[in-house]
Amino acid sequence: MAQSDRIAITLNGEPYELAGGTRVDALVAALKMRPNRVAVEINSAVVPKAEYAATAINSGDRVEIINFVGGG
Amino acid sequence: MDTRFELGGREFKSRLIIGTGKYKDFAETRRAVEESGAEIVTVAVRRVNITDRKSENLLDYLDPKRYQILPNTAGCSTAEEAVRTCRLAREVGVGEMVKLEVIGDTKTLFPDVAATIEAARILVKEGFKVLPYITDDPVACLRLQEIGCAAVMPLAAPIGSGLGIRNPYNLAIIIEQAKVPVIVDAGVGTASDAAFAMELGCDGILMNTAIAGAKDPIAMARAMKLAVDAGRIAFEAGRIDRKLYATASSPLGGLIQ
Repeated sequence: MAQSDRIAITLNGEPYELAGGTRVDALVAALKMRPNRVAVEINSAVVPKAEYAATAINSGDRVEIINFVGGG
Repeated sequence: MDTRFELGGREFKSRLIIGTGKYKDFAETRRAVEESGAEIVTVAVRRVNITDRKSENLLDYLDPKRYQILPNTAGCSTAEEAVRTCRLAREVGVGEMVKLEVIGDTKTLFPDVAATIEAARILVKEGFKVLPYITDDPVACLRLQEIGCAAVMPLAAPIGSGLGIRNPYNLAIIIEQAKVPVIVDAGVGTASDAAFAMELGCDGILMNTAIAGAKDPIAMARAMKLAVDAGRIAFEAGRIDRKLYATASSPLGGLIQ
């Protein structure tokens, strides 16, 4: 894919580049994560799992992907 | 004796809830949880590490079908952050139960009572089963109960301090007033602290450091299980009154002369 097709986002607080038009399910898969182990937020709004395949990530989006870690 | 209790509409056999922080690895976490008999385990919500992807995940070691996973809002210092964290945690798909903690001070890790109440109000409206970590303040506990929290979780001493039950009288008032389960959250140092809290009549105990920080966490997990059971059974059995002077245990008559 041409460089011009790539978009810049912020992923978990860090700059990140991905192909324009990438949807949430593809990003989760590309990062080798399982949807039933994570939750995704775009611009501070939770993305329901059922909408991963239909939700495109846009240039400038602030994306957060969380999982559970040890804690009290 | 039956020690079952209900929390958030579900019945549990164990009254011990344990945290999963500070263990050497996930395998040790799982062994400690198994040894403790806990059916509810707390977890923290954190960003996935993007640059260092490990395939291992805590939930691969603690099956959400077997354990009630209780996400916490540790690290949050405002109601807004805590609510946001709970919404994300719910979307992972382990249910509606959350441990709400909004920290007001980083040195004591005491909760911000006003922010905790504010967050609880929003979360209850959104259908969460809210278990709030709170100071051992009977009025704060009443407010949280009125809002619709599924339990109240007063601290016994600062998180990770191991100081034990610093104010049993406040806990006794909270327990007497409560219409929801009272779970002592934080402060337990060793098994006798857990037994003491249960003897006061609290419904359960949540602990992490007391087990994970012990020299032998697996053995301490077992000690805590026994202590929580012993304390609960002693509470139900009904202890004797305290008296200043002795009462003989052996018959006074029939003594040889």
